[in-house]
Amino acid sequence: MITKLNHASIFVLDQDSAYDFYVNKLGFKVNTDAQMGPKGRWLTVNPPEQPDLELTLMAIDEKMMFDKDSAAKMRELVAAGTFGFGTFLCDDMLATYEELKAKGVHFKKEPTHEFYGFSAVLQDDSGNWFSLSERPK
Amino acid sequence: MSEQEFQKLYLYRRIVQAKLFIDTHSAESIDAGDIADEACYSKYHFIRTFKSIYGKTPHQYLIAVRIERARALLETGMPVTEVCLSVGFDSLGSFTGLFKRRTGLTPSAYQRDKLARTRQIAAAPLAFVPGCFAAMYVRTQNSNIREAS
Repeated sequence: MITKLNHASIFVLDQDSAYDFYVNKLGFKVNTDAQMGPKGRWLTVNPPEQPDLELTLMAIDEKMMFDKDSAAKMRELVAAGTFGFGTFLCDDMLATYEELKAKGVHFKKEPTHEFYGFSAVLQDDSGNWFSLSERPK
Repeated sequence: MSEQEFQKLYLYRRIVQAKLFIDTHSAESIDAGDIADEACYSKYHFIRTFKSIYGKTPHQYLIAVRIERARALLETGMPVTEVCLSVGFDSLGSFTGLFKRRTGLTPSAYQRDKLARTRQIAAAPLAFVPGCFAAMYVRTQNSNIREAS
């Protein structure tokens, strides 16, 4: 029986820049930063209140998951903002929105009330987007 | 957003600025009064609003930020006394007490555990990576990295 999601991958254009975005801007915690030989870097972060969920900031690496053409296409698609990876939850939408704006995070959609809740859409430094929702009170 | 929310947003902007002020100046000796000045608020109203948003008073939040910074510095191997002063605590005793209350470990025990983990990661990185990825890595890289034992 499946019990939990413990790793999910986000494909990023540059791991150093993604580190800065997820750690210094979003406030995530570094879980594992492991150099594996000269090319591979296994970099995972946890959302602040989820130490058992690791988001892997995965380089789009020609040698690992992609061949050369696929890697180039994948980079192009990521940069174009094609992929949405999930929903982040916050306690207070307006405070979170203000803080992330002040830190230079780009919002694809400002906070609005939808039938499913108070939500916005933010974009990481590569182009991947996430919904941001306020935890129902 | 509704009109009411725009007004709220304006108030929030000042509270958020205060929070960012704490983030930026946490290593300095600041108190809630300084921060309320920064947010152009009466101290009482400021502390109450801050707590309603962040779940902590500005002072509690400041301590939490310092402890988080301390964790990061301890992980680099910086000596405990130096960490204590760098993050803004004056006394090693109060730093140790606050750190232990929050993390369950003294700063030196925390540092010992983290540095041991860092050494393990460097020695056998594949032990810290999910098996499927590790297997793929070994297959594709033809590397001499030691597999997890």
